[in-house]
Amino acid sequence: MRAPESDLPLQFDRVQYDAGNRRILDIGSLGISGGAPTAIVGPNGAGKTTLLRISMGLLAPSAGRVTWGGRQNVAPVRRAFLFQRPVMLMRSAAGNIDYALASIKASRGERRQRISDLLTLVGLPGFENRPARRLSGGEQQRLALARSLARDPELLLLDEPTASLDPAAAKSVEDVLRAIAGRGVKIVISTHDLGTARRLAGDVVLLHRGQIVEHSASEIFFKQPLTKEARRFQAGDLLI
Amino acid sequence: MFSSAFWMLVTGDPGLYRIIGLSLYVSLTATLIAAAIGLPLGALLALKEFPGRNVVTIIINAMMGMPPVVVGLMVFLLLSRSGPLGSLGLLFTPRAMIIAQAILIIPIIAALARQTIADIWVQYRDELAAMNIGTAGSIATLLWDGRFSLLTALLAGFGRACAEVGAVIIVGGNIDGFTRMMTTAIALETSKGDLPLAIGLGGVLILIVIAINALAWTIGRTGERLAGAA
Amino acid sequence: MFKFRHSIAMGFIAFALLTGQNALAQEKSIVVASTTSTQDSGLFGHLLPLFKAKTGIDVRVISQGTGQALDTGRRGDADVVFVHARSQEEKFVADGFGVKRFPVMYNDFILIGPKNDPAKVNGSKDIAAALVKIKNAGALFISRGDKSGTHAAELNLWKIAGIDIAKDKGPWYRDIGQGMGAALNTASASNAYVLADRGTWLSFKNRGDLMISVEGDKRLFNQYGVILVSPAKHPHVKKDLAQSFIDWLISPEGQKAIDDFKVGGEQLFFPNAYTPGA
Repeated sequence: MRAPESDLPLQFDRVQYDAGNRRILDIGSLGISGGAPTAIVGPNGAGKTTLLRISMGLLAPSAGRVTWGGRQNVAPVRRAFLFQRPVMLMRSAAGNIDYALASIKASRGERRQRISDLLTLVGLPGFENRPARRLSGGEQQRLALARSLARDPELLLLDEPTASLDPAAAKSVEDVLRAIAGRGVKIVISTHDLGTARRLAGDVVLLHRGQIVEHSASEIFFKQPLTKEARRFQAGDLLI
Repeated sequence: MFSSAFWMLVTGDPGLYRIIGLSLYVSLTATLIAAAIGLPLGALLALKEFPGRNVVTIIINAMMGMPPVVVGLMVFLLLSRSGPLGSLGLLFTPRAMIIAQAILIIPIIAALARQTIADIWVQYRDELAAMNIGTAGSIATLLWDGRFSLLTALLAGFGRACAEVGAVIIVGGNIDGFTRMMTTAIALETSKGDLPLAIGLGGVLILIVIAINALAWTIGRTGERLAGAA
Repeated sequence: MFKFRHSIAMGFIAFALLTGQNALAQEKSIVVASTTSTQDSGLFGHLLPLFKAKTGIDVRVISQGTGQALDTGRRGDADVVFVHARSQEEKFVADGFGVKRFPVMYNDFILIGPKNDPAKVNGSKDIAAALVKIKNAGALFISRGDKSGTHAAELNLWKIAGIDIAKDKGPWYRDIGQGMGAALNTASASNAYVLADRGTWLSFKNRGDLMISVEGDKRLFNQYGVILVSPAKHPHVKKDLAQSFIDWLISPEGQKAIDDFKVGGEQLFFPNAYTPGA
């Protein structure tokens, strides 16, 4: 069997997305390659979720080209997605991860160990037999993260993973993400929490009204932002 | 009024037990077959877009109300020695009754499954797409995760199979000791003017259906609780 | 995890259950299309165990009206027909669907009516006169209307009475298109007259205010015949097993078994396989 080709870099080329006659997204060019996490920030309705869904291949752009490793229409084999409100399959915690492992045809012998490792990684050791739907919101979010990682992605897309969590739970998710990034998984995370972006990201994309206003390295974005919108966004002014 | 049939039940009348056994065997087998066809069919209708899907959905919904006699007649003409499948020699056997009941309840199971699966599919769609699960895999996942709700569809199908008389009396022939079931026995006792026995048998039938529903409901609820569904 | 192979497995289980039943169907058995009168009266319940004990053959009886039973034979869905409408039986044989008709037994038809007797026919022995009175009084009359032997006999009796029932029927004449039991139930519920075979009447339990109004007229004679379905037309017919059933019915042993059958001490069927011209 051929080694799977890489999904990176992820490249947007004059991508537009329309819903009805409203333009939700209009991106001239955006390239995402390996390395430190990329944060997508911006006010509500800026198009962050749409950008991520197109990045995953869940939505097809109305116009323009999206490529993964230079190829179009690549099935989501080497990338994974963590939804803002993940859906737990009606099985145990182990069953949820096992489902993802089975979907990449992991061998039965290897699955049990992987499940245990992943649960430990996301801070749910010993949760194997707990019904997934009976876990708390934070636990479900972390189980969903473990399930995404089970598919062994090189690109992990996360849509506001900490938005509905309390600060302690959000912190533990961030810790896991930092550990994953340290293992070489490329993380793209959307958030409206600048603290999360500052702590995790290597580069930041500011989205406003469906357009990229600024894309710069984290230290530049937070210390000497290039645009007026970035300064105002960080100052807490409403961007309208 | 119920006394004679219940007395037969208590004293273990072999004729009555054979009738009950055959009823359960035929209706449960028919439900099993109809489930094997109706559940995937319902799921397919719920999650696969194809031209004519709405037409198929409407037809299946309409066929939920198909008169058993019509189904019986269709199967009769099919299985009669003078019909296209006559050489199988199935007419007037329990298998003919199973076929008729399965055909009768496939639309019920498919239509109810389609509704249930469509509701789950709304939640699961993106999650499964993100895990690169194909149509067949998605159908299997939805059927499994909807198993407790789908139990209702199976019970509805089983209830209808158990209760109908029009189809099985035509294709089974109501042969004593061979194709006589609860409902056809009730029809026969009614025609013999033995109304107390007919009513008694009806009472026994209702008891059995209630018992099976209670069993399925308990299994469903227990499983649901263990799996942590809402 | 749930997989498609599970549903395939379920399909196989179902198939195994189906074929398991098939093994039973391979036993020695024949299908007899007969009438409701022989079944509902309990005659078969009396005869078949005797026949099975002697030969080991399972006789599966479908009870229908004579017309429908002959049709079942015509389609090849039965091995034997055992009915009571001589002219139809003879046509069945003449058309090549049956091998030969053997007379077996007879009983008689009776006119059943309500005790208050609105047409004033109770106790009469003249069925033709009674029918004329019923028509003139406009008293409720239930007709089987299902092309059964009893229905054919009823139509014939109207003709004998000089009444063209197709033309002369009014709201008093109710054609229900169902079996003997249903017709008796309807008559019982509406206090109507109805033509019945004696066997079904004697074993019928829901009589209400009904009683025998007319009996004993020669024209109420009801002959039963048995016919092997033609193996030439339908090669799958179990010729040997079926013929052995017919042979037994008309043998002295079978005839005696019919003679012995009684409901409430009353004899229902009279064997006459050896009566010339029956």
